[in-house]
Amino acid sequence: MSKAQDTMLYLDGVSVAFDGFKAINNLSIIVRPTEMLAIIGPNGAGKTTMMDIITGKTRPDAGEVMFDGRTDLTKLDEATIANLGIGRKFQKPTVFESHTIWDNLEMALKKPRGIFNALFYTASDDDIARITDILDTVRLLHRKDEFAANLSHGQKQWLEIGMLLAQDPKLLLVDEPVAGMTDSETEETAKLLREIAKTRSVVVVEHDMSFVRELGSRVVCLAEGAVLAEGTLDQVSANPVVIERYLGR
Amino acid sequence: MLTQALFRALDKKAIWVIGIFLAVAILVPMANLLIPPGQFGHVPTYLVSLLGKYLSYAILALALDLVWGYCGILSLGHSAFFALGGYAMGMYLMRQIGSRGVYGNPTLPDFMVFLNWKELPWYWLGFDNFWFAMAMVVVVPGLLAFIFGFFAFRSRVTGVYLSIITQAMTFALLLAFFRNDMGFGGNNGLTDFKDILGAPVQAQSTRVILFAATAIALALSVLVCSMIVNSKLGKVMVAVRDAESRTRFIGYRVEYVKLFAFTVSAIMAGIAGALYVPQVGIINPGEFEPGNSIEVVIWTAVGGRGTLIGPIIGAIVVNLGKSWFTSALPEFWLFALGALFIFVTLFLPKGIVGLWKQVFGAGRQTAEPTPPTPARSADIERGEDPSTFDNPQPRPAE
Repeated sequence: MSKAQDTMLYLDGVSVAFDGFKAINNLSIIVRPTEMLAIIGPNGAGKTTMMDIITGKTRPDAGEVMFDGRTDLTKLDEATIANLGIGRKFQKPTVFESHTIWDNLEMALKKPRGIFNALFYTASDDDIARITDILDTVRLLHRKDEFAANLSHGQKQWLEIGMLLAQDPKLLLVDEPVAGMTDSETEETAKLLREIAKTRSVVVVEHDMSFVRELGSRVVCLAEGAVLAEGTLDQVSANPVVIERYLGR
Repeated sequence: MLTQALFRALDKKAIWVIGIFLAVAILVPMANLLIPPGQFGHVPTYLVSLLGKYLSYAILALALDLVWGYCGILSLGHSAFFALGGYAMGMYLMRQIGSRGVYGNPTLPDFMVFLNWKELPWYWLGFDNFWFAMAMVVVVPGLLAFIFGFFAFRSRVTGVYLSIITQAMTFALLLAFFRNDMGFGGNNGLTDFKDILGAPVQAQSTRVILFAATAIALALSVLVCSMIVNSKLGKVMVAVRDAESRTRFIGYRVEYVKLFAFTVSAIMAGIAGALYVPQVGIINPGEFEPGNSIEVVIWTAVGGRGTLIGPIIGAIVVNLGKSWFTSALPEFWLFALGALFIFVTLFLPKGIVGLWKQVFGAGRQTAEPTPPTPARSADIERGEDPSTFDNPQPRPAE
């Protein structure tokens, strides 16, 4: 327990198997408060499964998953974990397509999530200012009344990042945020994530090496459900095992 | 708080719909009572009751639309809630018969005398009181939906599996109510009603009032539904319909959202049933028939799900068609209904309202995106995010 102190996310010896296939095998990762961590690794390395475990979608067979040094996440469900302050962006951008961009953010905004709170909710001036602010950050202010379905792939990614911000989480799990983005958009995203990481912990899963370089964060390389190498991007990409198993292929 | 919610509910469309049915509640009775028979514009009393029946079906369709069109729960058991509301009303009406029954027993309904029962079963107590019976119209369907929904949604039963168990629920009730020893009149059901609140059920004035009450109930249902779907909760319901697991990951308890919609919907269906029974004069276990629930789905699909006016139009149009068909070509009605459903599913996925928008709304900027849930196979597989690892076993709820 004491080892988890002063960490935002603490995974120790986590394993999960699906029909005998070990998707995660004795995985241990630590993320500190206001730290950014980039996770790279080949397909099937268990990156998404790891996020499923942290967010309560999948229960680990063994191991410890602690949030904020004290909360055991393995006993909680998705909604509880989300309300504790863990936000997740999916690999395939998932926004609510039949709602407007504004409504997407309004739903995500950190507010009591009860049924009757939602039924009688009216946006306060503060809420409106906050949503406007976020829309400005993710550059969608001019399209706020359009349906989310009309956004391009890259814009949906940004809207989803905006929804994450609206949730005001302590820890952000961001799965492939720059897939489908142009180079300049990718650059902007890196800048935005670095900005976010000043006040929150961020875990980014990404394949795009130049993007990971721009993040300038600590890097963990996963393979077959376990940590293969850890360090700066240069250290990790110079690691012969990483080259053999991931980069060199 | 409530006033703001009410204000939100009264958008332009809702005001129109509510206004229309309030006007209907006044105009149809006037056309019946003030214009003498034979003169142009007179609405005969039998037609008033028939229209009242259609409007109670419209409330039922609206109730289904709230769970199906807005929250993505395809319930094939809504006739159960409708029938339970109807039975609660029927029990009140039975107790009003008093000693005017065939056997002249002042407390026991005829069928109980016939079965040689000596006293009223405990669950019939209190039903001689109108307001107690009206409370039961709301409580019984609401409680059943709450308990049923609590377990079903908590265990994350979705899609066709949920549809099948709702169907099983209504079928189980059908079988139970067929039994004589259940004490609800067996396969004859409850009928031969005399009075409601002291007024004879068959009288013209009573029928007109029942019609007006149904039209007002429909207008109020539209108001309540509009209040729900225009609130943030309504948006969350649509979010659950379109991307269930995503809604969970932003922190909403999807099972409670569904439970709320399902319970409110069941209560509305119960009220519809209670208004239906005095106007048709009978309630029997046939109302639990699984096929009835499926018909409600067809009305809603034909009118246009996910809109407030669609299910109302669908219920009225399809039932007008049914009334015509069952007198002109009775043996072809079910074929026509099936063909209609296939036609609507293939060519009008957004129903009559969708067609209307396509034809007349093209000029204005009303082009809504096609939600990722067409009326077809989407109901079979929903909720699971395709991007995340497909967990082979459904996770236990605890």
